[in-house]
Parts: sequence; structure tokens; C-alpha cells
Amino acid sequence: MEDKCTGCTVCVEYCPVSYPDKYNQEISDNKAVHVYFAQAIPLITYIDESCLYLKEKKCRICEAVCKNNAIDLSQEPEKKEINVGAVILSPGFEPFDPKIRSEYRYGEFQNVVTSMDYERLLCSTGPYGGEILRASDRKHPHNIAWIQCVGSRQVIEGGNSYCSAVCCTYTQKQAILTKDHDADAKCTIFHNDIRAYGKDFERFYQRTENLPGVRFIRSYTSIVREDPITKNVTVRYSTFDEGVKEEEFDMVVLSIGMDPPKDVEEMAKKFGFELEPHGFCRLDPTNPMITNRPGIFVSGALQGTLDIPESVFSASGAGSQIGEMLAYRRGNLARERIYPPEKDLSQEEPRVGVFVCHCGANIGRIVNVPETVEYCKTLPNVVYAQEQLFSCATNSAKEITDMIQEKGLNRVVVAACSPRTLEPLFRDTLREAGINQYYYEMANIREHNSWVHSKEKEEATQKAHDLIRMSVARACELEPLQEFDLPVDKRALIVGGGIAGMNCALSIANQGHEVYLVEKDAELGGIARKIHTTLEGLDVQAYLKELIEKIYQHPLIHVYHNATITEATGYVGNFLTKVTSERGAVEIKHGASVIAIGSDLYTPTEYLYGEDERVMTHLELEEKIVNEDEKVLNAQNLVMIQCVGCRNEDRNYCSRICCSESVKNALLLKEKNPKMDIYILFRDMRTYGFKEDYYREAANRDVKFIRYEPQEKPQIEPGEGEEDGRPVLKVTVMDYVLGDQLVIDADIVALAAAVIPSAATKEMANFFKVTLSPDGFFKEAHVKLRPVEFATDGVYLCGMAHYPKFIQETINQAYGAAGRALTLLANDIVVASGSVCVVDEKRCMGCGACVEVCTYGALELRDTKQGKKVVVNPVLCKGDGLCNSKCPTGAISLKHYTDDEILSEIDALLQEEESSQQNDAAVG
Amino acid sequence: MCSGRVDMSFILRAFSKGIDGVFIGACHLNECNYVTHGNFQTLNMVLLFRRILEYVGINPERLRIRFMSGAEANVFVESVNDFVKTIRGIGPLGKPEGMDKSTIEAKLAEIAKLIPYLKVAKREKLAQRLDSHEEYEKYEDVFTKEEVKQLLEEVVSYYIDPKKCQACMTCARRCPVDAIISVKGQIHIIDQDKCIKCGTCIQVCPPRFAAITKLVGEPVPPPPPEDQRAVVRKGKEG
Repeated sequence: MEDKCTGCTVCVEYCPVSYPDKYNQEISDNKAVHVYFAQAIPLITYIDESCLYLKEKKCRICEAVCKNNAIDLSQEPEKKEINVGAVILSPGFEPFDPKIRSEYRYGEFQNVVTSMDYERLLCSTGPYGGEILRASDRKHPHNIAWIQCVGSRQVIEGGNSYCSAVCCTYTQKQAILTKDHDADAKCTIFHNDIRAYGKDFERFYQRTENLPGVRFIRSYTSIVREDPITKNVTVRYSTFDEGVKEEEFDMVVLSIGMDPPKDVEEMAKKFGFELEPHGFCRLDPTNPMITNRPGIFVSGALQGTLDIPESVFSASGAGSQIGEMLAYRRGNLARERIYPPEKDLSQEEPRVGVFVCHCGANIGRIVNVPETVEYCKTLPNVVYAQEQLFSCATNSAKEITDMIQEKGLNRVVVAACSPRTLEPLFRDTLREAGINQYYYEMANIREHNSWVHSKEKEEATQKAHDLIRMSVARACELEPLQEFDLPVDKRALIVGGGIAGMNCALSIANQGHEVYLVEKDAELGGIARKIHTTLEGLDVQAYLKELIEKIYQHPLIHVYHNATITEATGYVGNFLTKVTSERGAVEIKHGASVIAIGSDLYTPTEYLYGEDERVMTHLELEEKIVNEDEKVLNAQNLVMIQCVGCRNEDRNYCSRICCSESVKNALLLKEKNPKMDIYILFRDMRTYGFKEDYYREAANRDVKFIRYEPQEKPQIEPGEGEEDGRPVLKVTVMDYVLGDQLVIDADIVALAAAVIPSAATKEMANFFKVTLSPDGFFKEAHVKLRPVEFATDGVYLCGMAHYPKFIQETINQAYGAAGRALTLLANDIVVASGSVCVVDEKRCMGCGACVEVCTYGALELRDTKQGKKVVVNPVLCKGDGLCNSKCPTGAISLKHYTDDEILSEIDALLQEEESSQQNDAAVG
Repeated sequence: MCSGRVDMSFILRAFSKGIDGVFIGACHLNECNYVTHGNFQTLNMVLLFRRILEYVGINPERLRIRFMSGAEANVFVESVNDFVKTIRGIGPLGKPEGMDKSTIEAKLAEIAKLIPYLKVAKREKLAQRLDSHEEYEKYEDVFTKEEVKQLLEEVVSYYIDPKKCQACMTCARRCPVDAIISVKGQIHIIDQDKCIKCGTCIQVCPPRFAAITKLVGEPVPPPPPEDQRAVVRKGKEG
């Protein structure tokens, strides 16, 4: 029973059934009753079908050992009807099963594993506790090969035609982690194109490539044999230099791709949405989160082959769209908690109560709890101590509030588990009793003690004493702190009126919030104004027109054109931004800020760009194709050069969209002039996901793809045509397939110019106190977990300002940013922690050492009559305390973690040692 | 809270109370839970402090930092077990070092007084972000032995010249730790026990008096006896 189980896992220990653990890819065993995995939510156990009782009505051991009566073996599956206004489908994906093609030898050769198997082997909670071991002999493999594109980019029976988008990068991660496990390990990656197209992925690729013992080999492979004795696996491959080779490896990892979720057809039928040919959800290119059925939304890999940040975009985005539908009911089911008034105890002597938890048997059978309680009673300032079976159970919390009142406690120490899980609960318990929540202190005698010292009972009890003594000492030093409520201005400001900014504005405004949309140009639309179609065929200009109309028609959206921001101050919930625009100078108050300033396009300085009119960027080419420019359409030979201005020393990243942009242009040209010879000179074709199909189509339509290496870039010079003497651009490139120089007489050369950060990026970063990534794009709070927010509260991010991306991805992220902004704007107040820094002005010498290290911008030097002094903005302070250890004079201190509080713990730990030493001395 | 919150004074306190070893577990480098990357600064502090321990005559292996994430219980357990093994091998604090408890305490008390000075003198180095290697032994020479020796032997002191001080009280007002004894009409004296060597006084002493001198590695002259502290007014003399 979920409400009773405390996750103590005693039942797991006693369960007699072992069966292969699905979570660990069935490499190791688990019990019939178990916690799904270490980070599961809720972190409690469940019983699965392998249970003896469920199968044969036998056993019931778990029921008997559970001290909280949380196991009810008579539970039956029940059907529930829940009325909802909307549904989000996020079933994820199914890893490709390599067993369906025998040539992968998966299941046949013991030391051929999938990347999912390997992922678990690498993990510290994995089958061998973080040891990478071979199935055949449980030995560490030292020479490991990865084979890329298993089940992806294949038009064969059982394979997927698309690129799974994530495998190149996860393989690099696995290689890096392998080297962490075993610095001498040899890692070989057999690959096709390396698709390091995501943010910071190019650097990650280089980092992997530069590790000693890591080889990247561009080759198709086959797994040929297994050594009958060593069980090593031989891989055959070929390179341009050395021809066909065979090599033996200790282990081979198949980098498997993504299949659509299992049973997707049934789900599609049930919910009434359509599937696209690969079996994922058919998406609306202008809103990939909706389906053909209103109220049914999709997020994550049901959209296609998304990686983690994009899944998170789509999840927040789908949430935001549901917010639009259901905004009128927001808060109807929420209930407010009312706490008794807080007593002022600051003048009282500390009166500490200690509650020692058994955690069922988790702590109790290792630590002698009753004896520990007696020990607590001897500690200074402790006026009350008791044991509890489960301190976190509802009745135990009630017991704590009762005892606070009965015994007049003003500090509470609970000795139980990690504060990470339960500190909020116990703080709440104190509030219920009318005591400041910061008078609560926790001693972790489970994770830090009973779980790691299960065989040393006496020492564990001694350690419990030490930990509690430290906590009691600290509790006496604690001060009551106030969390403060900041009102939230309900309006949002969005910087940038491109596709990202507009979609975000609409989603926020549709949930009833006023939006100020600030655009630097005279027109809305951003860089999309230069794009006519997408690879998939969306009419971008028609879409843009419709989107802009929606913006202008929305009563809650106020657009400022030709706008510049002159000043931005304030903090979460309360920003003040000064904007000068065609409407004059205004001051805008707003609670949330969204940065959607897009990006710029690199102006090439190479390949005769700007010198010869036949050389143009890919966007200029697109423009000319759409305008039916004769020179372009009648070209005999057209050359496209990829990676112009990026993937180099100046810009060490991939612009992500250019490969697909070039393929799109090539297909458009082939449509209009099938006789044209088109050459795409590339380094890696990064047409990831379903865009791979268009790459294949282009190749099938005889677009020639020629790979070049960065150290041997194509050369270009004006000249005359080989056959007809017409004026051409001679493009010379090394063709590795032919092993010879190739000279192309090009009539037109299109350069895939890099996407670069907008010129305004640095200025905006300063205004809104946010940070930039090494490549100059805005840096999100967390690459994977918080990809639409900044570390600075109340500021959000979407579109190309974050990193180059396609329109569909931009729309996902724009809604995602709206969704995150709404979690702020929907509240009337935000609560700021009480544990923030404070400055004793007298002691501050104004050196600024603290200001320098506070990247949150929470500290500022101000001039006073007594010289410069630091001032804290508590709203921006995140309580990391780095400034404290920088301060020479001790003027700045982090409340709740002051020097005195921490030193009291150190002293308390060692005071026992001293007294025992004295005792020893006395005895001796 | 960040591992960067670990102050040198915490480590000092632990050792002076007789602990045999101090272990700091920090987040993986470049994987900051905040945006501050404070763990690099913890690393710098540990590197400096190991040198200080060495200078004092305590085995620097008694202080260790390791990097791990909250999800890596096994790494934590291995690191701690390994550290405990190392410390067991070294033996109780003072024994292999050939110092008794009171000697260690006295030596560390001297260092404790210098913590503010260390923070000021090595501010930039303590805040730098090194290239990341998880094995911090590779950084052994970020702070060199000679550098730390010089740092601790050529300690800075500030001294008020009784002939120049005009008892204007500016330095006393601005001293962050109230280390300046200031009586109206009497020349001011820096209480060297309280002084944290931050240099605020020398900065704020009016240039026309310029009464404060910075002494490097030399003893501070004793203050004049109490009955000879009357201010020598510049104007009146002339």
C-alpha cells in the first residue's frame, strides 16, 4: 500500500524469489518484491508476477516482516474512471532489438551486448555494482568495440530507415565512462557519419577522440566469429587506406537505435491519433505536440527520435498547451494550508527534543535504538528523547507536534534518514507545532550509518551517538529564519519576435497573462522571414503570416517594434525593463522574462564569398530557387560546401541545420532541373532523425555527396569549363572513395554558412544576469533537466538563442518556455529560502572577493561613508555559501550554515574523542 | 550548500581538536549543482592547505578531496574506505609526526590567525578554475612548497608609526575586526593578536599622515609605553 510503505526494503531482503532483473537488462537478478530502480518515484517497493504467493498462494514472508503492515497480498487489479480535460501521451520509445537480424550475433555470442546492456554495466547501481564484466567469464574487457547505426539508417528487413539521433553521442559517453573505469581500456568506434549536432556535442566528440586508446573508424562492419575458448569476438571492417581487415575484441557493443513504442498502433487506435510511416505519431509541423484529435497531446519520443533536452521541451510545451485549454479551471482543486502562528522562541534557552527512528528494521536491527535514546537524554540541552518505529509516518509526525507542545521543545532533532528525502516533511511538522522550521535538524543514521555498517553493530551505535551529538550541538546554534514571500507580477516580457518568441507569447497570453513582445526589427518573424519551405515541405511564409496575425489580434499581447532594451533590473516575479521603440520610451513591469532573440548567420570570408557573385550562402540560394533565378536553375553543375564558418577553431560547434538545408535545396533544384549535377561537399552528413530519408532520397536522385577532411578543404578559383570553355568556378576536392583529386566546373557554389549567436547576445546576458556557453549561445540552467530556463530565476529561454535548431524544434521549445514561465506566473507569490547570505557591514572590508565568485549576481559592492561594502540581494542568493569561505574577515555568512553552526558540529564530534582519551589516560 | 563552503578554519579546527584525517567529498568537476563551480575552489583550498600541513610538519595525506555525484554511493564508499586505510597506515595524528597534541595545537593556532591573510594573499589562485582532472594529485604543484614557505615565513604586518599618527581614528573606525586601539588624542596601536592583516588601515590612513607601514617578514616594533602615547601634533611642532 503506497501510503503505508516507507521504502525501507526489509521485505526485499527476505523475499525468497530471485528472477532476472528487467531493469538491469536481465543481466543480474532481483527479487519478486523490489524497488524498481534507485531513483524511482515513489521510492517504494512493489510486487511483480514472479511472486510465489501470487502464483501458488505460498510464502507471505514479506507480509510478516513488514513492520508497517504495508503489504496487502489480496489486492486485485481495479479499473478506475478518471475524468480529465486533456491527455498527454509520452510512452517513450522501444530500444531496437538486434535479435531480429541474426548477423548481429546478439544472444548468440556471449560478449556481444547492446548499448542498453552496456549502459547498465557502467552504472553503479547496475548488475555488477558498476563493474564492467563480460558475460562469458566475468572478467573486465579491455578492448571494446562499438558498432554504430544498429537498426538505424538501414533500408533492409527489420531495420529502420531513419537515424536514431542519439547513438553517436551516447556511444562517446560510454567510451569516456569506460576510460574512467579503466584508464588503459582500448575503445574502437565503427561509425558512419558522426552526428554530433547537439549543443556542445562537437566538443564532446573531440574530447572522446582525443582520449588515448580511443579510435574512430569510418567503416561498415560485420561480426564474423567468436573464439571458442576466449569468447572474444572478431569484427571485419574496411578502410580506404588498408582495405578489408579483421580484428578481435573482448566485447562488442551494438549501438542500437530507437523503435517506435511497443503497441503504438493499439495506442493510436485507442486515442484516435494518426501514425506516420515509421510508426511514430504524425505531427503537425507547426505544432508537434498536438495530434489530429483535440485534447490529446504527445511529448517525448512518440514525436520521433528526440534526445533528452528536446523531450523536456516537448513535455513542458504540451503542459503549457493544456494550460491554455484548462486555464479557466486553474487552482480549482488546490487547497491552501493554514499553519498556527509562530512562537517567538529566540530568547529561550535551547530545549532540544530528539526522535530516533527505527525505520522498521532498517536502523533498528543495526543501531541499538533504545540505548541511543538513553544516550540522547544525557546530552546538553536535550530535555526529551524517544524512539519511533517510522518517524515519517503520519501518526509519528503528530507525535512530534504533540511532544513539542507538551515538553515545550524549541529545537527538534530527528535521527533517521537523509534530509534530502524527508527534511521538508519534518520542517512542516515544526510549522504545524508553531515553531520556526529552521529550528529543525536531521541526523542521518540510515544512509550514513546502518546501511553501510550492517556488520558492525556496536560501532554503528557509537556512530549514531556521534551523529546525533553533532546534530544536537548544531540545533542549539540554530536561528529562526524567515522565508519571504515575493509578490509575482503576472505579466511576461519576451525579447525577440521570431517564431520562438511569438509561439511563446501566444501560449502565455492564451493562459490569461499579458505579454510584452519586444522586437528589434520593424517586422515580426525573425530569421524565418528568409526561409520559404522546410525539408518536409511546410510553407514557412504562409505559416508565418498566420502566426503574426494571431499575435496582432491577441488582446493580451503588446508588440514593440524597432525596440531596444536600455535597462533591465529586478528579479524573479518583479522585473523592470526599459524599452525604447516606435512607441517611445516605456518602463515595463513584468514577473517573467523570456529570451528568444534568435541567432545570426555567419558572413563567409572564404571560398570567394563576396568577391564572386556565383558564390552565395545556402539561404541566398534558397531565395534564388524560390524566385526562379535563371542562372541558378540553369546551372549545369552546382556545388554546395558544408561546414563553412563552424566546426573549426573559431566556432567549435556544429550548426545542426545546414546539412538538411543543403539537402532541401538540392531536392528543390532536382525538382526544377533534373539534369543539373549537384555536388554536396561535406564532413559528416548530419541529417539526423527522419531527415535521413531526405538524404537518401537526394542520393537516389543522383546528388553526389563527397566527403572532405578539414585539413584538406575544397579549393575554389575562377576558370573555364573543361568541355565548353564557359566561365566556371573550378572546385577542387580530394575524393576519398576514388582516392584522387576531383575537379568540378561549378556554375554556382552555395556555402552552408554557420549559425552564429545573435550580436545582441552579450548585451542581453548582462541585462538579465544570465550566462553564456563557450560557443556564445545562452547557457540554460541544466542541459538536460532544465533546458528552457536559466539558472537565474524567472528568466526563460527558447529558439535559436539557445542553439541552432529547426522550426519544429523551436516550436517545441517555445511552448516549453511558456510552460515553465507559467509555473511562475500562475502563482501569486514565490517563496525565497531563509537560508541566504547576510553581511555584517562593520566587518566588511570591501575587498570584493565574494562578489567575484558569486555568479548568481547576488552580491554587489556599494560605496558607503565607510568605504565599499557588500550588499546581498537575498532573492538572487542560492545559498551555496562559496562567498563565506572567500571572505577574509568573516563579514558575510550563510544563514543556517554559519561558521558557528558548522564549527559546533566539529567540536561536538571531537569532544567525545577528547573525553575518551582523557578516560584512557586516567585508566592508564 | 556547496563544497566551496568548506572553510580553511573548519579543517584547522578538526585537526587542532585531534582528528586524524579530513575527507572532503565534492561534486564532479564541471558538473556544478549551482552555477558557481565552487568545487574548483575547494580543490584549490585543499591544495594550499596540504602544503600548509606539510609546512607545519603534519602529513598532508591526512587531508583529501574526492569528486563524486550523489548517485555514486559506491564511489563514496570506496573513497572513504581507501582514505580510512591510508589514515590507519599513517597512524594517529602527531605520532608519526613526532609532535604532541599541544605542539600541534599551538602550531595550528598560529596558522588559524593567518587564515584571513592567506585568503587575501592567495585570493586569485584560490579562485582559479584549473583544467579538470579528477585526480587532484596531478595538481600537486599548483601551490609549491617554496611558495607556501615564503607565504608563511614572510608574513605581512602593519605598524603605526607613533611619530606620524595623528589619532584621527579613521583606521580604527574602518578596521573590520576592531584591532586598533584608539584613544582620543593618543596615537593608535594595532593589536597584533587581533589584526587579520587585511591592509584596510594602510589604505584608509590619510596620505598626509601616511602613518602606517607594511612590514614583510620582520618583527613589529613594540608600542610605546602607555604614558608616552600623546600625539605629536605636526602643526604645533613646526
